[in-house]
Amino acid sequence: MRSQPVILVLLVHLCIPFLSSSLAISPGEGYTVNGRVKIPSLGAQGLVRPGKLSNIKVVLNGGQRFTLLRPDGYFSFHNVPAGTHLIEVDAIGYFFSPVRVDVSARNPGKVQATLTENRRGLSELVLEPLREEQYYEIREPFSIMSVVKSPMGLMMGFMLVVMFLMPKLMENMDPEEMRRAQEEMRSQGVPSLASLLPGGAARS
Amino acid sequence: MDIRVFLLLLLVLVSSVEHGFSLYEDQVGLMDWHQRYIGKVKHAVFHTQKTGRKRVVVSTEENVVASLDLRHAEIFWRHVLGTNDAVDAVDIALGKYVITLSSEGSILRAWNLPDGQMVWESFLQGSNPSKSLLSVPGSIVQINLKVDKDNVILVFSKGFLHAVSSIDGDVLWDKDFSAESIEVQQIIQPPESYVIYAVGFVGSSQFDVYQINAKSGELLKHKSAAFPDGFYGEVLLVSSDMLVSLDATRSNLVTISFRKEEISFSKTHISYLVGESLGIPVILPSKLSGILAVKFNTLLVFIRVKSEGKLEVVDKIANAAAVSDALSFSEGQQAFALVEHVDGKILLTVKLSHDWNSDFLKESIAMDHQWGLVQKVFINTYIRTDRSHGFRVLIVMEDHSLLLLQQGEIVWSREEGLASIIDVTTSELPVEKKGVSVAKVEQNLFEWLKGHVLKLKGTLMLASPEDIAVIQDMRLKSSEKSKMTRDHNGFRKLLIVLTRAGKLYALHTGDGRVIWSLLLPSLRKSGSCKHPTGLSVYQWQVPHHHAMDENPSVLVAGRCGPHWDAPGVLSFVDTYTGKELNALGLTHSVAQVIPLPFTDSTEQHLHLLIDSDQCAHLYPRTSEAIGIFQREFSNIYWYSVEADNGIIKGHALRSNCIGVVDEYCFNSSDLWSIVFPSESEKIIATATRKLNEVVHTQAKVIADQDVMFKYISKNLLFVATIAPKASGEFGKPTPEESWLVVYLIDTVTGRILHRMTHHGSQGPVHAVLSENWVVYHYFNLRAHRYEMSVIEIYDLSRAENKDVWKLLVGKHNLTSPISLYSRPEVMTKSQSYFFTQSVKALAVTSTAKGITSKQLLIGTIGDQVLALDKRYLDPRRSVNPTQAEKEEGIIPLSDSLPIIPQSYVTHALKVEGLRGIVTLPTKLESTTLVFAHGVDLFLTRIAPSRTYDSLTEDFSYALLLLTIVALIAAIFVTWVLSEKKELQEKWR
Repeated sequence: MRSQPVILVLLVHLCIPFLSSSLAISPGEGYTVNGRVKIPSLGAQGLVRPGKLSNIKVVLNGGQRFTLLRPDGYFSFHNVPAGTHLIEVDAIGYFFSPVRVDVSARNPGKVQATLTENRRGLSELVLEPLREEQYYEIREPFSIMSVVKSPMGLMMGFMLVVMFLMPKLMENMDPEEMRRAQEEMRSQGVPSLASLLPGGAARS
Repeated sequence: MDIRVFLLLLLVLVSSVEHGFSLYEDQVGLMDWHQRYIGKVKHAVFHTQKTGRKRVVVSTEENVVASLDLRHAEIFWRHVLGTNDAVDAVDIALGKYVITLSSEGSILRAWNLPDGQMVWESFLQGSNPSKSLLSVPGSIVQINLKVDKDNVILVFSKGFLHAVSSIDGDVLWDKDFSAESIEVQQIIQPPESYVIYAVGFVGSSQFDVYQINAKSGELLKHKSAAFPDGFYGEVLLVSSDMLVSLDATRSNLVTISFRKEEISFSKTHISYLVGESLGIPVILPSKLSGILAVKFNTLLVFIRVKSEGKLEVVDKIANAAAVSDALSFSEGQQAFALVEHVDGKILLTVKLSHDWNSDFLKESIAMDHQWGLVQKVFINTYIRTDRSHGFRVLIVMEDHSLLLLQQGEIVWSREEGLASIIDVTTSELPVEKKGVSVAKVEQNLFEWLKGHVLKLKGTLMLASPEDIAVIQDMRLKSSEKSKMTRDHNGFRKLLIVLTRAGKLYALHTGDGRVIWSLLLPSLRKSGSCKHPTGLSVYQWQVPHHHAMDENPSVLVAGRCGPHWDAPGVLSFVDTYTGKELNALGLTHSVAQVIPLPFTDSTEQHLHLLIDSDQCAHLYPRTSEAIGIFQREFSNIYWYSVEADNGIIKGHALRSNCIGVVDEYCFNSSDLWSIVFPSESEKIIATATRKLNEVVHTQAKVIADQDVMFKYISKNLLFVATIAPKASGEFGKPTPEESWLVVYLIDTVTGRILHRMTHHGSQGPVHAVLSENWVVYHYFNLRAHRYEMSVIEIYDLSRAENKDVWKLLVGKHNLTSPISLYSRPEVMTKSQSYFFTQSVKALAVTSTAKGITSKQLLIGTIGDQVLALDKRYLDPRRSVNPTQAEKEEGIIPLSDSLPIIPQSYVTHALKVEGLRGIVTLPTKLESTTLVFAHGVDLFLTRIAPSRTYDSLTEDFSYALLLLTIVALIAAIFVTWVLSEKKELQEKWR
């Protein structure tokens, strides 16, 4: 039931070809800037969060004026004086490039819109997000590597190396060499722990 | 010292360019809390007719339109309109659309009632500004009257009467009154009639009525009548054919009958009506059908309007606070609510309009004093189970809070004062008392173990969904977070916030609950103080060391009027109990409050209050304070910025005040002044360092083992000026005629340390100054993008100290005192980058010792707070950094600053109506608390260089224990094995 507006948006997107003329002259000193915000992926995601579209704000000139989207995604600013303006779209979850809009007094009815991020010109004022924004880190699924890489994992790993690999290394050694080393050790005398201590050395 | 070196080392190890702040989705609410508010309610419309969810639609002074649940006060939906899009009126049409009129009657919007989706928006053309009226024929009967089944909204604004279709917002017709020089007061459409009456004044003494066809907008009739005495103020519609107004002398009530052939006036002297003269009468705008309420100071007089314009007093009520509009319920009966204050309680009376003497409902409700007086009442009816009518009322209090009363009880309350925070400070919590029972520890140990086993399961991804829910619950509930005592890491504090209503709240940083609140008596309207406004809060007494027994207290400064030369008020509040300790009504004004870095023996901070005549007043007023102050007398300097005149002045103390016998008052003299040429420069922003900022080291080690010395001065002032032509709206100025000039000024000597011009740039400028750098945000007209620039300032006079031999021999000047009169040589570096978004607020993280690297906190136009590492704003960035520079952590230069979604500290939340960002250092060096306030409140804990000095929350102690146990077991096993092997060796 609550997903109804979103479906409506999609339908409108499909059925109606672009309603052109983003700029209309209205009686009075200013002009009306009409545009549309189009979020392609809202179809899939919008079903989950129907409130999304209703919370998208369109901002003129850094907060001078705000407007919201109609159910079909259109917005309009009325009474905009001629000159160069900046339109930003504030939508949680999406990154929009600000748009430079030139409202010219000389040839009314003409709109010039440029995305300021990548300097791409727009033939119509149809704003699409550059990318989606993911505010959370994705928790990596449990893997052996993450445990191994943690300090405790490293400790365990080292222990295993000492336990299983060291004896193997000993075995692989040449028996002759081994014997020689042992003899050497014997001739020097096994350094006991006691002899290492300052008191113990004096006694021995 | 060793520890610091170690920490630094760790910092270098830990710091990576990746976001220092990022969250997993299941960590939301663990370190942060978010509270949603709407602000002080201006209008409320109930929607309770149908079965299902009962709701009330409100519009507020924060320009919020919201739909609230009447049962639980939760927000169904909410829209925060722009700051200059104030809501003028709200109504419900067709039973499914909320209609709002905003921006002085020029924008009409319809919102879907269930979900708040905007349905249509209509721009109403108008010419001259005038009051705007919205009238929606709300009752369902009227839809049937229309042939096209369309419900028409009538809007009068800016000299035009518009009829708008409520289905799609199309303007059906409009009628221009701007040529008629009529000031339209009321638009009246009597029920079951096709005629609209527009009534108003021409000049001050002529009354006009226009009759308009409701379907076509055609003018049917125009009547006019002169009333020689003239009118004062507005007219009130009392019944369907009768209006009431005051005459020009404000001593007579005039009833106007306008629907007959001839307009007739009838004048009644007020003192004749009420018996004696009671003061200046004010007609309350409540629509009470047949009755009008006139207020004389505190007395409320109800006057019934009888036929032929006869008036009759029905009641006089002494302590009345507010009256609601009349509400019609069954069989055309009308009722309204009246609220009185009777000895500490409020008395709610619901009366029927036609029968004054019977009180339909009379309830007395005990109220918290901290809510203050009732300011507005909205009434609604419901059907009780026994089919009789019950009433509920929504009341708006003096402190902006919103309460629902029903059956003599407060059903719910919302502290809406918190939507308008002016200033924030902190206070420490009390120290924990010793003495913990053993049983508690044992139980805790068991719980602790259980918790960790669960957590271990969680990390090993073995937990079932129920387990995960339990873990999440455990994390959120962790009683540690919301304890009322000081903690080791300094995460738990009290936030003391001052709101626009003059109320002080203490919020717990752990979970954001209100610990106490105080409606400051000194900031309430009184005879001596007509329009009190709160200004700021300061830490007054911060006990530690020898004054530990005292409770900490804060100083609240305010003034008694809208102008800055109005007399000031001071209030001292204990932050543990929330009681006002002392209040002072000052004889002088408060233009500036300077907290001095001196404390007396009871740890009271000395404060210097500068009045509008540039005299300084010392507080606390004790002889001890004077003694401390006299010692530092010649070292106290301050500055003042006169943005309108383009002057910055430096001041110093001179002597005691002349003329007044007050030893706490001091004269000042101007030391220096900088005058900006008014034709080319206009001050738009200034920034200074935070007074409590700590800098860890002056030296900055750069690549190739070189050292640079930061120019660190508490007296650095950043000033931004723009061309006056470019100070208007966007889109108006051309790049050629706009420029931005930034200055770094020493506020003691007035010396300009640095000056830089950005051609083709304009405001608004947001700036933040910290350590030896300043970052500012502005708009570049040539590229038509926002830019952020950084300026770093270095001290060259210490550059020779790099030679080790000189240090050894003692030929260095490190120990020479720093004096601002010595004119140190400075060097500045600067760089600019593009930044995508508009900015609402700019702040920088601050930590206890200043070791941790800094992050900028940017409040974006989307009401989010973005954390941006300061290393992105480093003037030493270059396109191809050398190997040594890379090792130092210099990021290759890019033309724009990155916006990494994971580094939004507000993650997927919004702090609607964001106004300010405050950072509060904790005891743990790596961590800082960030408090963002606007209409919403948000607090979180961030670690700009990650928590290098503590284990993270999700550190698994159980895994550590497991490892240790396993290691011990392994030791034994290997021991046994080696013994066995040795034995075998020996047998061989």
